[in-house]
Amino acid sequence: MAHDSGGYKGVGAKLLSKHDVSVGDSVTVSTEDGEMFGVLMPRYESASEDYIVIKLTSGYNTGIHTGKIKSMTKLPKRELPSVANPHEFAENKNLPKVALISTGGTIASKIDYRTGGVHSALSASELYQSVPELASHASIDPEVLLSEYSENLKPEHWTMIAEKISEKVNFAKYRGIVVSHGTDTMHYTAAALSFALQGLPIPVVLVGAQRSSDRPSSDAALNLLGATVFAAKAEYAGVFVAMHAGTSDDMIACHVATRVRKNHTSRRDAFESIDIGPVALVRNNSIEMQKSEITLAKRSGRNFVAKPKFDDRVVLLKYHPGFDPMMITHAAKTHRAIILEGTGLGHVSKECFPALKEAVGAGVMVCMTSQCIWGRVRMTVYNTGRDLLDIGVVPLSDMISETATVKAMWTLANSNDAKKSMQENLANEISASIPL
Amino acid sequence: MTIDQTSLDLKVGLEIHQQLATKSKLFCNCSCEEAQKYDQSFVRKLRPTHSELGAYDPAAMFEFSKMRTVEYHTAFRSSCLVEADEEPPHDVSPEALETALIFSLALHSNVMDEIHVMRKLVIDGSNTTGFQRTMLVASGGHLEVAGKKVGVQSICLEEDAAKLMGEERGIRKFGLDRLGVPLVEVALAPISGKPDEIMQVALTLGRLLRASKRVARGLGSIRQDVNVSVQNGAVVEIKGVQRLDLLVKVIEHEIRRQHGLIVIAEKLKESKVDVSKIGDKIEDVTDILSKAQSKVAKKIVDNGGLFRALRIPGFAGMIGFEPYPDIRIGKELGKLVRFYNLEGVFHSDELPNYGITEIEIAAIKSRLQVGESDAFVIVGGPKDNVGFASDAIIRRLQAGINGVPAETRAATPEGKTVFLRPRPGAARMYPETDIPTISVTESMFKAAEDKVPRSWDEIVDSLAKKYGLNKKLASQIFDSDYLGVFEEIAGKTKVQPTFVASKLIEDITSLQRTGLDPSLLLDDMIKDVFVRLDAGKIAKESVITIFGKVMKNEAKTVDEAIVAAGVFSVSDEELGRGLDRIINGNIAVVKEKGIGALSTLMGRAMAEYRGKVDGQKISAILKDKLQNLVK
Repeated sequence: MAHDSGGYKGVGAKLLSKHDVSVGDSVTVSTEDGEMFGVLMPRYESASEDYIVIKLTSGYNTGIHTGKIKSMTKLPKRELPSVANPHEFAENKNLPKVALISTGGTIASKIDYRTGGVHSALSASELYQSVPELASHASIDPEVLLSEYSENLKPEHWTMIAEKISEKVNFAKYRGIVVSHGTDTMHYTAAALSFALQGLPIPVVLVGAQRSSDRPSSDAALNLLGATVFAAKAEYAGVFVAMHAGTSDDMIACHVATRVRKNHTSRRDAFESIDIGPVALVRNNSIEMQKSEITLAKRSGRNFVAKPKFDDRVVLLKYHPGFDPMMITHAAKTHRAIILEGTGLGHVSKECFPALKEAVGAGVMVCMTSQCIWGRVRMTVYNTGRDLLDIGVVPLSDMISETATVKAMWTLANSNDAKKSMQENLANEISASIPL
Repeated sequence: MTIDQTSLDLKVGLEIHQQLATKSKLFCNCSCEEAQKYDQSFVRKLRPTHSELGAYDPAAMFEFSKMRTVEYHTAFRSSCLVEADEEPPHDVSPEALETALIFSLALHSNVMDEIHVMRKLVIDGSNTTGFQRTMLVASGGHLEVAGKKVGVQSICLEEDAAKLMGEERGIRKFGLDRLGVPLVEVALAPISGKPDEIMQVALTLGRLLRASKRVARGLGSIRQDVNVSVQNGAVVEIKGVQRLDLLVKVIEHEIRRQHGLIVIAEKLKESKVDVSKIGDKIEDVTDILSKAQSKVAKKIVDNGGLFRALRIPGFAGMIGFEPYPDIRIGKELGKLVRFYNLEGVFHSDELPNYGITEIEIAAIKSRLQVGESDAFVIVGGPKDNVGFASDAIIRRLQAGINGVPAETRAATPEGKTVFLRPRPGAARMYPETDIPTISVTESMFKAAEDKVPRSWDEIVDSLAKKYGLNKKLASQIFDSDYLGVFEEIAGKTKVQPTFVASKLIEDITSLQRTGLDPSLLLDDMIKDVFVRLDAGKIAKESVITIFGKVMKNEAKTVDEAIVAAGVFSVSDEELGRGLDRIINGNIAVVKEKGIGALSTLMGRAMAEYRGKVDGQKISAILKDKLQNLVK
């Protein structure tokens, strides 16, 4: 019988194989200090090879050094009691249908208490069990598209997601679409979908969780609920990101997808709209639209066009004192566009000018955003800015650098005049005016 | 009925939770100090997590069913994003881990090769995460008590929970200052013995922990849980015994309660009750009770609640049966429904009563088709709560035939116990994946070995010797909350250590007995008082007066206390002038009695200077002055 290695390597794996013990087996382990009884648990790949881990009957896990182990005895498997589900939900077919596309992260998950593993729970009934309130707002149609940590997602995945959404939109059955996503690069995907899905007739809402859903304090349930309510009930169409508005579990903020940024490593309210406020709040399962500079598109049967291609030969360079202009020269060799994250109103040092001239001369599109995050670049105020404009650097107004990077990848694949497209407001990525 | 304790095979397992006096919390750099006021608040909702088996932990479900929103209050130095569950935990505090290792070695326990931090689900709101982080540090070992060895089961290092501040309209409020303070949990193997022997065990363990000088002192810094079982009973876990003298009472109450339940179970078996039929007929009786004169019933119906009646076949006379005073199943049901925020529960053995008359009883009996040997239970309140409570009542009555149900109970200040929640299963533990496992290295061992405290006896002996105290006073000072401040004063001032110790033990205790609050008297104030005494600014007699003013909350500082008590300091010059005045005022007596006038003058002088100047000093000066006069 093949052994489930359960992450064990080297000495540990040999010992387990010798005693014919696999993860999940009940074992008695004899050591110099006495006997221990428990269930063999999996081992994290990166942890030391010299220990095996058992879950004691008290529920505690403990690591035993292989050098101390005299013998291991496998015990007969005990039948685990099966318990009826406490909640059974009858799906209400009259509720608006919402498609839920999962791309990774565990928006709903369950714990295997024997091994401590966390698995995603994505059948409709499992979702309703995790978040029972969902059942009173929408009839959810879940589908797993990808299972990736968001840092592993690439432009080709954006294409996949855009195509899947496009398929669902064309099916014309759904009031809205929710996309669950790991939070690290959710704002990049959100921006990508904003450019790729033009004239969307329904809302597409990206949602994630800053605390994984295997914890009782997870923000996943409330975020998912807020995203679903917005997808099912909002009067507006387009791409949005729905996450906690504050640290409290009382309000979900819906952001315009090209204007949102992850601004904190761990807080629930890490996602913030830049230069504008969130366009809507969801509180007590009802939508409160906010005053906004942005005019959102209404739901309609507009001419929906999917342009899901991206050219990934774009690089985002952050300027800093001591920045080596050779970085620009190197980047220009293999990329079609360079997005600069300059200082202040949109500057890089004059030492960079020759490299920039060379890049622009070679046909590379060079655009300027600001590392200040908030505010607009204005390159006519100082000499440096004016010189950069003369060289041919394209100012990108108040577009945030992440959105600019994604947009460049999209324009290079979809536009005949990339420079012009970069400066046009295609998906609310540029504000005409920034409120005080 | 009296209980022969020896025939009961009483088993008591002690579990001690001791807060550590570390510089920072277990998983972040925040201070462990108690917040004086809170700066900010936020609200959260916890929900049970779903296990692979489709099962929720019963305790977790239980809590979830009654809780909606939790409000957390934070203070600047004592909580950060970690307590707010907005940042992953930092590494385990090395200081706390070392302390746990020291205790493990002192208790001859086997330290784990590799320590794994676990999450123990607790969704009553007392942890922002919905779980308590805990790790098994060592298992096995023993504690020596009066020459006998008491087994140690496990030693765990865990984070303390947030402090419950209150509950209003279903919203629980917690302070986050206590969340994350390191606790060492020592679980002792169940022991047989009389309650006072068990208290001795708890005392010995507490002393051993305190001997390390690494633990927090003061009320709430050590909490005892006890597991009590009698023969044929189940293990009942009792939480929150804060004082040792309560321990004996709690155990004695639990013996009576558990034995009483066993007696009831035997009676149920004798009468061949079929527990599967409990609740075989359940009817809504809101219409019947809405006509009753009962205040409780009226309140429930007026608030839109309902009443449900459950038929309990074969239970006539059993629910109200009391093998010991106040021990009956009916009482257990009363406490059980309180858990669901319900108060309206009545059973047939106690009716007619509470404004429910024969008329309503007859109507209920006829609707439920209750026979002669049957009982019924009525429960009222909001619909959802009644649903949960009805299920719980049925389960509790079914368990009655087995005597004592395994459950978690809370100790009351009177030394009784009340139902708290069902016993949680091992299902509520899973790994804390945010924190890497810890290999216990040789160097960690060595460092801890060097710090294993001496035994209590040795420490008390050396205290006695060092400060010239008798052994009783030395042991009292060690067991008190004032050891640290005592040593500081004894080291810093020239005040006799015996005097300092007796003030800290006898005077504070006697003031406390009159109902004053020792927690108002801070260590810094105590030090201040003795420094002033040392400098001759106050008299010995004033110490208790000043303590009294502070403990009565009539003064917030030593200065305020001195003003309030009128024990101003008197300079030597002033004193000299004052004593001259007294002598001149009584010059007739001096002329008559000569040196013999001293006692009269002393009486007058003390009337004026008591508490302000040391009596011996006055006596010496007066004597001197008299001798000069009568020469």
